[in-house]
Amino acid sequence: MAHASAEHAHDDHPDQPATGIKRWLFTTNHKDIGTMYLVFSLIMFFIGGAMAMVIRAELFKPGLQLVDPLFYNSMTTNHALVMIFGAVMPAFVGLANWMVPLQIGAPDMALPRMNNFSFWILPFAFTLMILTFFVPGGAAAGGWTLYPPLSIQGGDSFPMVIFAIHMMGISSIMGAINVIVTIVNMRAPGMTLLKMPLFCWTWLITAYLLIAVMPVLAGSVTMLLTDHFFKTSFFNAAGGGDPVMFQHIFWFFGHPEVYIMILPAFGIVSEILPTFSRKPLFGYDSMVYATASIAFLSFIVWAHHMFTVGMPLAAQLFFMLSTMLIAVPTGVKVFNWTATMWRGSLSFEPPMLFAIAFLFLFTIGGFSGVMLAFVPADFQYQDTYFVVAHFHYVLVPGAVFAIMAAVYYWLPKWTGHMYNMTLANWHFWLSTIFVNVLFFPQHFLGLAGMPRRIPDYAVQFADWNMVSSIGAFGFGLSQILFAIVVIQCARGGKKATAQVWDANPRGLEWTLPSPAPYHSFQSVPEVK
Amino acid sequence: MSGISRRIANRCLAAAGFLAGAAQANTSNGYNLPVGVTDLSVDIHHIHMQGFWWCVAIAVVVFGAMIFSLLKFRKSQGAVPDTTMVHSTKAEIIWTVIPVIILVIMAVPAAATLIKIEDTRNSELSIRVTGYQWKWQYQYMDAAEGVGYFSTLSDDSNEARQLNSGIDPQSVPNYLQSVDKPLVIPSGTKVRLLLTSQDVIHAWWVPDFGMKRDAIPGFVNEMWIRVAAGKEGFYRGQCAELCGRDHGFMPIVVEVKTPDDFKQWVGAQKADAKQAAFDSALHAQTAQVITR
Repeated sequence: MAHASAEHAHDDHPDQPATGIKRWLFTTNHKDIGTMYLVFSLIMFFIGGAMAMVIRAELFKPGLQLVDPLFYNSMTTNHALVMIFGAVMPAFVGLANWMVPLQIGAPDMALPRMNNFSFWILPFAFTLMILTFFVPGGAAAGGWTLYPPLSIQGGDSFPMVIFAIHMMGISSIMGAINVIVTIVNMRAPGMTLLKMPLFCWTWLITAYLLIAVMPVLAGSVTMLLTDHFFKTSFFNAAGGGDPVMFQHIFWFFGHPEVYIMILPAFGIVSEILPTFSRKPLFGYDSMVYATASIAFLSFIVWAHHMFTVGMPLAAQLFFMLSTMLIAVPTGVKVFNWTATMWRGSLSFEPPMLFAIAFLFLFTIGGFSGVMLAFVPADFQYQDTYFVVAHFHYVLVPGAVFAIMAAVYYWLPKWTGHMYNMTLANWHFWLSTIFVNVLFFPQHFLGLAGMPRRIPDYAVQFADWNMVSSIGAFGFGLSQILFAIVVIQCARGGKKATAQVWDANPRGLEWTLPSPAPYHSFQSVPEVK
Repeated sequence: MSGISRRIANRCLAAAGFLAGAAQANTSNGYNLPVGVTDLSVDIHHIHMQGFWWCVAIAVVVFGAMIFSLLKFRKSQGAVPDTTMVHSTKAEIIWTVIPVIILVIMAVPAAATLIKIEDTRNSELSIRVTGYQWKWQYQYMDAAEGVGYFSTLSDDSNEARQLNSGIDPQSVPNYLQSVDKPLVIPSGTKVRLLLTSQDVIHAWWVPDFGMKRDAIPGFVNEMWIRVAAGKEGFYRGQCAELCGRDHGFMPIVVEVKTPDDFKQWVGAQKADAKQAAFDSALHAQTAQVITR
């Protein structure tokens, strides 16, 4: 018995990680799970990126040189699914796993076994999705939005993708529950909600969005499944259904989903800008309220993704006005960040560089977003490269740059080593230059009349497409530097101090030694 | 390659010109929305440019403040942080209220145009537009009742667009934007399009007409266009909603004729249709006679 209980105690609270594969398969430690999420996300980033390279290579010049149009469509479809559900979302969950307990002074996440489960679903979900490339009919090619009736024309890949989406949804919901339970219950004494770091705040709100909308996605794709296999007619007009209803339900998920991918990025930038401006965040309270307002508005703007389906005039006016309203709290955030740098003392370490690039380039994506809100103009922009440019500006130099900023900010805390600053600076400058070469010309292409999701185009679009493709190859290659910096840093390097940055960052995570011990905060920290 | 780089350089110069407020053209200049040739497209272009210039104005202020901070408040130049500057209710009210005012200013013309767009009453000619994977069908109503045909990608484009066809797209006239039989409409006339689809969702879009609308199976969507008199000619667009493998290869070409020319064209079409009906009837009779 004594032996058994010792064993039991050992299982529950190992001071050191287990060795070998078991450490990763059975771990309940938030740091191990966070690491796995981040590594998984990086792998998916390169897989999705490889698909983007195929897309840009085919679009390098007019005419079809490389791939069949159907394969091209499956590239755009899977590029989106992999990047959204495989790269950006898991990266944020990984960052939440690592940083939420460290920032609120908790020993671990509240629900460690569920944490393990929510990660390990993902590799299976994505294996299932990637396998669709090898089934009859090829991978899903109806766009990541899965609009019926087109998506229902899919071959064997159709049910596989839907099951993969179900698994990703379950994983996301469990991750979200874990974040909420942890933040609500495990804050160190003295850390009231309005003293919480903004990264935790934005993640708390994101987690509520996830719980609210992932079931809606699951429901909508399940209806697709029954329409295809069980002869229901939810979206089939011949049976009394309505294909546009799918779009309404999908975007009721889809718009909050957009903010799920950007709110944690707002949190990250709100951590980094004050640190390297050596000045507290300007307007902390209004930042929290602005985040909550954006989250609320995200539920009542969905139809702006589908203005061309032909809605009643009143509905179009409502969705135009509610969409324009989003600019107000988002503007408050941008102004507050600018005011944070104002009269600060700025230094330009890699995380700060990425945060500043985020500030500029995300704002450009915001501008095109405001323009897209005007329904009459949207009748021109809808489904063109102008939209492609818009959402890539908010997702790549927006969300992805924020994730990279976060990695560069906290990597020394995770590994205990400083990374190669020169290489990281190269990574920053190459990424920032090429991302603009890649996406800025797409505004011109869309306005000039090039629709999205086409493998070949009229010759008047040739020049900007070539520029954009050159930008894409440059951006893609630059990301190899990122992988090198991270791998080098995990293997060794100059020892990092507890503070890591000489800018004296605020927050409980910097009171722990670097690397953070396997169990953070064995004793309860004090929050003033 | 030098030709290409020269073209790219030209486009960059042209784009710079656009940002500085360049002249407007009737079809797209390669980097901006076309002003177009209908009442609606002109209004829409105006809303687009108004939105663009507001964004530029806001960008000058916001990016200006950011760039100023980046240059002025550098630690390397001995900047000392003002750690007391953490909150200002006055500033926050100002930068909440001003954007609201700007948005209202932008929303009013957008709403007015939208109301105009949705008013499809009093049309003088209606045409049924049906999307198929991957072609368009046009069926005329009203005075041109009985005229109807399919419109598909022209043969020379279709040959050139095959994988590794070896044909240079630059050598094909209007590559991917030419069809066997264009839609023909009269100028100066309010034409109403009734859009639907036989299979998946498509979208009918000619940028010079300012409008795009989905063609949805089982439902009928409406949109209207009135091409200004004197703007007769060919206008080109393509399907704008992903509709499967050959989504990129279902172009739209519209030939705008003067009302008189249009009347003549309709007459010829009807005569052709009569002749075709007669021919096929004759053919059937002949076949009957032969089999008998």
